[in-house]
Amino acid sequence: MAVAELSAHIPGKPKGRWARFRRRVKESRIAWLYILPAGLVMLIISFLPQFYQIFMSFTDYRVQNLRFILFDPSTWEKYAPPFVGLANYVKILTNTLTGVENYDFWRMLLFNITWTVANIVFHVVLGVAIALALNNKDLIGKRFYRALYVLPWAIPGYIAALTWRNMYDPRFGAFNLLLAKINTLLGTSLPTDTNWLVQTTPPIGGPLSFLPLAFYCVLLTNIWLGWPFMMVVATGALQSIPAELYEAASIDGASAWQKLRNITIPLIRPAMVPAIMLGTIMTFNQFSVIYFVSQGGPFGRTEILITQAFKLVNAVRLYGVAAAFGFVVFFVLLIITLLQNRVTRATEAYYV
Amino acid sequence: MSKKRKELLKQIGLHLFLILVLVTVLFPIVWVFSMALDPRNIDKPLELTLIPPGASLDAFRRVLFEPFKLLCSDPGDVASCMTFMQLFRNSLIVALGTSLIAVFLGSSAAYAFSRFQFIGRQAGMLGFIVLLMLPSTATLASLFVLLSQIKLPGSDESLRLTLFGLMLAYGSGTLPFAIWNMKGYFDTVPRELEEAALIDGASMASVFFRIILPLSVPALAVTVLFAFMSGWTEFVLAWSFLEAPSRFTLAMALRSMQGQFATPWADFSAMSILMSVPIVVLFFVLQRYLVSGLTVGGVKG
Repeated sequence: MAVAELSAHIPGKPKGRWARFRRRVKESRIAWLYILPAGLVMLIISFLPQFYQIFMSFTDYRVQNLRFILFDPSTWEKYAPPFVGLANYVKILTNTLTGVENYDFWRMLLFNITWTVANIVFHVVLGVAIALALNNKDLIGKRFYRALYVLPWAIPGYIAALTWRNMYDPRFGAFNLLLAKINTLLGTSLPTDTNWLVQTTPPIGGPLSFLPLAFYCVLLTNIWLGWPFMMVVATGALQSIPAELYEAASIDGASAWQKLRNITIPLIRPAMVPAIMLGTIMTFNQFSVIYFVSQGGPFGRTEILITQAFKLVNAVRLYGVAAAFGFVVFFVLLIITLLQNRVTRATEAYYV
Repeated sequence: MSKKRKELLKQIGLHLFLILVLVTVLFPIVWVFSMALDPRNIDKPLELTLIPPGASLDAFRRVLFEPFKLLCSDPGDVASCMTFMQLFRNSLIVALGTSLIAVFLGSSAAYAFSRFQFIGRQAGMLGFIVLLMLPSTATLASLFVLLSQIKLPGSDESLRLTLFGLMLAYGSGTLPFAIWNMKGYFDTVPRELEEAALIDGASMASVFFRIILPLSVPALAVTVLFAFMSGWTEFVLAWSFLEAPSRFTLAMALRSMQGQFATPWADFSAMSILMSVPIVVLFFVLQRYLVSGLTVGGVKG
């Protein structure tokens, strides 16, 4: 809202095309002035690296090329990274990278998608179910439960991940100690020496045999971290559903299941869809849990794309390859977002 | 009578379910507290106990007042090792800087996107979506290289090695979300209020500061919370960029405690608690704004 726009309502002003254009330019100038500080920071820190990354991804950029300075021509001859064309991209997609352990792009992509879908399903189902349980107006201690339930969201994910890693420790972690406690209390003989994060035999065979035990461990950790957010969003949406709808449905003899299917789910959907889309991107790139809990192991079988990107920079220092890898990750995310957009648009017609 | 009984059974069933959930939520938290109280600071807790024998707050004292022996500028000199307070200072600087960038630069840009129909608006919005999808970890390589090349006037260090550079990187990382979220909120503030103020002769700037910002406290609170949290716990960029231990943050120190083979469990747990408390407190203080201030439902072009 600007002065210029206001003056449009005042009669007697010239309304020619030229005047309109000039007004637009003037308004744009004010708008860009507001954006300038944020724009400048993002231009330097976020966009410039993107363009530089395009350049880097076509070169064999290594540690020795760090002396190469774009603004200093005297460094060009000696330190400029050699141009290699699409070689980095080819190596990434055909798994021919040398010096990177347990690298398999397509396995990582499949794992990353499995990881995201499994998490989102648990987050949404648990979040909505618990929000529904708490939405009972006669329930005692509702506020108490709600306050404590948001703790996993409130605790920094990074610290939670490190703590969970300690809990999976084979000898001194909470899980094996808990099993030992159960054994002494109940006289059972549960295994107490499970190597949660290292064991390679898959607990579930068949089509799921590509998932090691560590997958279920990181999944459990991220479910613990993720459902409270969905619960908070669902609670907000549930509270805005008018009680009359349920009363009317009861009079019509609707069952609890019918009410859930025909009233609750369609009405919380508008709030849940954006939360799910945000959650999908965040889970797809859930660095902390994977990197700190399973560290991608055993043998890289719980590695996701974002942790691999980090390792390419920090562990093997192949900057050129890492730049190309970053782009590949970006395109994967772009495709997922576009697909998700289409799916949600397509289902919209069904519900509304 | 039978209806009352049915109601009672339903209550009991619900509580059983909710208590089960509560136990799973609290289990890791109780575990950490129990570990922190362990007086032996061993690398092997031997039994699952709520309160370990001889519980003491010794671990907290050690973390707070003793130097971190792994983080020293000069490995032979204990005086050059980082203390909790120094690490805390670095983390606070970075987290506050990130919040300030997100709130001030973000709200100003969000205002423009919410209220003006300007040339380049569509392109700008598209740019945000692209940035939202691209995590900074994916541009780590080029950011590392670029920040290594930039030197602030009057300093012979590259921006990459400084806390200021880190602050800029985090701030820039949180800006897309901040702008997106605040724009969604500003859209819900009625325009009539500003139009009335403008007719009364108020300037654009005072409309922004006196009307829009006070009405948008929930969105600002959420932005501060997320920005502070990301600055406080960020690990990837800090670990990749910083070299001098005197610049290290709490998040880096916590990570360095977790050894390959042995972890000082009590110290680690005490440090986790000390690091989480400010965030959890901030979270609960700002919690009433979370639902209204998080406009995930209002994310529209």
